[in-house]
Amino acid sequence: MSFDWKWDFTWEILPRLLAATVNTLIAAGAGYAIAVILGLVLALAQRTPRKALTLIVREFVEFIRSTPLVLQIFFVFYVGPQFGIRLSPWTSGMIAIGLHYSAYLSEVYRAGIDAVPRGQWEACRAINLSIRDTYFRIIIPQALPPSIAGMGNYLVGIFKDTPMLSVIGVAELMHAANAIGAENYRFLEPYTLVGLIFLAISLPTAGLVRLFEGWVRRKLGL
Amino acid sequence: MSIWEFLQTYWPLLLKGTLITCAQFLLAAAIAIACALVAGLGKLSGNWLIRGIAIIYIEIFRGTSLLVQLYWIFFVLPLFGLTLPSFIAGFLSVGLNVGSYGAEIVRGAIQSVPRGQWEAAYAISMSPARRMRRIILPQALALMLPPWGNLLIELLKGTALVSLISVADLMFQAKQINASTFLSAQAFGTALVIYYILARFLITPFMRWLERSMARRLGRA
Repeated sequence: MSFDWKWDFTWEILPRLLAATVNTLIAAGAGYAIAVILGLVLALAQRTPRKALTLIVREFVEFIRSTPLVLQIFFVFYVGPQFGIRLSPWTSGMIAIGLHYSAYLSEVYRAGIDAVPRGQWEACRAINLSIRDTYFRIIIPQALPPSIAGMGNYLVGIFKDTPMLSVIGVAELMHAANAIGAENYRFLEPYTLVGLIFLAISLPTAGLVRLFEGWVRRKLGL
Repeated sequence: MSIWEFLQTYWPLLLKGTLITCAQFLLAAAIAIACALVAGLGKLSGNWLIRGIAIIYIEIFRGTSLLVQLYWIFFVLPLFGLTLPSFIAGFLSVGLNVGSYGAEIVRGAIQSVPRGQWEAAYAISMSPARRMRRIILPQALALMLPPWGNLLIELLKGTALVSLISVADLMFQAKQINASTFLSAQAFGTALVIYYILARFLITPFMRWLERSMARRLGRA
């Protein structure tokens, strides 16, 4: 190994890395979809009148949020087989990353719901709306706009955390770069390209999220 | 094997790993705080060169993954003639990564110190350096402590990645135990609980205590 950037090698491996980037984007998208829905469930579960449920969900969210994602990925991947459940790397990766980010998103939703003025709740009560209608037609639509900034940050965050899936063999960008590096004994180009690809995606996405947030705020007349 | 037998057999390894994790955490936190202060102040600098360097540092480290940065520092830097032992490469990359997030916290906190404080310091003709050190930073510090509490937990979680470059931290020991015994639930479960205890019962209470003592020193308690 030596320090000399080889352009022909760069062009040779770029298509393979870009193909793996597609997998990274799929992993981020699928994980995020799980997190968005499960996060809402976790947020709403903390608002039921059952104190015990609130407490358990609260502690669960704290636990997920304060332990490393990479350890959770290992846990989901290896603990299943011990009890006879075999999960593919993709499935366990999606479960782990989806669960991890659902804990974060539940906090975002919770803050959004808490920010809806009391009067809205009281008005729903006064016109005798069912709990379901109160949440889905009045509260959640108003809780979403302030949540968009946080949700966008975690979309970029989940994208940046997908390389951890390589540790259990999900064939995403980092995994491809490791393979290329090991085959050719050259790490300079693959790892640098991975970094550049991440920058090229995450910086514009962060910008788009900010634009989208402004657009939603204007649309809703906030 | 019950969990008690498991702990009786493997507690020395887990303890060793936990101590390495704590060492990585403390060293990475020191680097993160230093980088955050320098880059956060740098981003507010009037000098375009300093501002530019701070922005490039922040965007590069926030825009890519910690794992990519870790591998780059460990595997690619040697090609530039800088070979770091895995222990140093580990806390260095975690510290640099978290520092870039911290820089935004520092910048935000400094900017939210009320205008009157800046003007008052200007009116009694304090030099800019002295104004920053004696008036602005102490108040900004109180504002930035709560987000730093969250960030330090992210940092603790980040240190788990150093196991991938073979630093023998808690995560690494859990992986080793798993590989030799196949007791995955016990090995990874125990490690998860230890990380949780470190985050919830050491870092969080320490930051709360720091927030309270800071508020008292500023006469706001």
